[in-house]
Amino acid sequence: MKQEEENFAKSDHFNLTMIPGKFARAMRTCKIWQFFRFLVINIKMLIVVSKSH
Amino acid sequence: MARLIVMGGGVSGHTTATFAKKWLGDDHEVVVVTPNAQWNWIPSNIWVGVGQMQKKDVVFPLAPIYEKAGIDYRQALATEIHPNGKEGSDQPYIVIQSTKEGEEGKTEELEYDYLVNATGPKLNFDATPGLGDGKGQMGTNTVSVCTADHAVHANLELKQVFEKAKKGERQKILVGTGHGMCTCQGAAFEYIFNIEHEARKAGVRDMLDIKWISNESFLGDFGMGGLHMKVGGYAVSSKLFAESLYAERNVDWIIGAHTSKVEKGKIEYELLDGTKHEEAFDFAMLIPPFAGVGFKAYDKDGSDMTDVLFAPNGFMKVDAKYDAGAYENWKASDWPRTYQNPTFDNIFAAGIAFAPPHLISKPMSSPNGTPINPTPPRTGMPAGIIGKAVAHSVCDMIKNGKSAHLHEASMAEMGAACVASAGKGLLDGTAAAMTVYPVVPDFEKYPGTGRDTDYTFGEIGLAGHWIKHILHHMFIYKAKLKPGWTLIPE
Repeated sequence: MKQEEENFAKSDHFNLTMIPGKFARAMRTCKIWQFFRFLVINIKMLIVVSKSH
Repeated sequence: MARLIVMGGGVSGHTTATFAKKWLGDDHEVVVVTPNAQWNWIPSNIWVGVGQMQKKDVVFPLAPIYEKAGIDYRQALATEIHPNGKEGSDQPYIVIQSTKEGEEGKTEELEYDYLVNATGPKLNFDATPGLGDGKGQMGTNTVSVCTADHAVHANLELKQVFEKAKKGERQKILVGTGHGMCTCQGAAFEYIFNIEHEARKAGVRDMLDIKWISNESFLGDFGMGGLHMKVGGYAVSSKLFAESLYAERNVDWIIGAHTSKVEKGKIEYELLDGTKHEEAFDFAMLIPPFAGVGFKAYDKDGSDMTDVLFAPNGFMKVDAKYDAGAYENWKASDWPRTYQNPTFDNIFAAGIAFAPPHLISKPMSSPNGTPINPTPPRTGMPAGIIGKAVAHSVCDMIKNGKSAHLHEASMAEMGAACVASAGKGLLDGTAAAMTVYPVVPDFEKYPGTGRDTDYTFGEIGLAGHWIKHILHHMFIYKAKLKPGWTLIPE
């Protein structure tokens, strides 16, 4: 059984939501992808901060 | 020379005092009254609570910072406000009680021209039997991460749980809110996932049952009625993403819960459907509800006028619309813009200390009449922005007279950036990085979700952790007033 499928059976709550698969989980800690996301998130946050002052 | 007194030295009070002093210079006096000797970067307390930071990493002494800035620092508890002065004098003043070592309990009257209430909340542990010790402090049945000392204690208790798990004893961990009217679910959210992360690192995750309990009516409410964001071409509710994270990390949840009683190893709670239940635990971190710090206000003749300055929950009345009525009538314009007290134009409140007009989340109660809903968050970025706006207003009033234009910082017009840690680690940490715009939804301006979905987003990953870690150092740098501190936004 795939890791993401195991938890669906552990709780009725879990069964009704979405659980990320192997690729999505790997991307969360992929250094190259996350460096790119770091830049994107910072830009987005700076826009919100500038709109709020 | 005018004197500004800022009561409180947290995010909002520190921002107000330091900017006011910078703008007023030596022509006017800025006084900070706070019972604490140290400034605490509270968002990092959760890392102290899992042993990933030490107390010294999240606090620093206030006295040398204020001395360098030229701010008169009084380590004391403000207890009374006399906005009309006293017999024989129209000069308003506050009464403070020293908390400085060797001078504990010594009282003093401090006259002011302008007063900013930025005390933050009273951690109202005693609102839930067994959560407090009956004397206003945290009890012994649960732990907390609300202060650095609480977090140090929480880590010691958690380590014992991990040790038992290593020896093969199955352990039950419960994290969430300790009352039906709590706010600050975000801190508990961060703590539960940091515990889960540390448990995996320690190799004891399989021996732990980790459960969330909260007064939110749905996961991902966070006291803001949740948020909607665009992901993968969809506009989706934070509920879906929050539930997904809990399911992925095998953290079950109880929501819509009012914790009504805490005992050693057990809580009693009531759900929104009116049913009552119990939940056992070996380790519990339950956030207490917040209340005003309990100021008393007196008129010139000594009569009590606390209800003129403060709402019944102890928070200070400002320029909000407090008579908005039912949920259907709530508008973004109900929220305060200048944070000036409606009765006394030389008194302001900033950060958690101001009384919000109403909840942000939809109000809920059980059939038994128990209110179970998160109260509005006013911490972090909004607290800093409000503090700075109030400092601006007071400085302009001092320099240009009381008719000066007041600066505005409505939570219904400002956004907030929030980074919620889900585990600490330079290469394996994760955090949910989110922005909301605006904090208080405006359904007239943004029909549907109440927010601008171009500026409201969230995603979880290592990048979020890096940002949280950088923010930790950046805001402590700013609070220490090091070179260029004004360039770092609130």
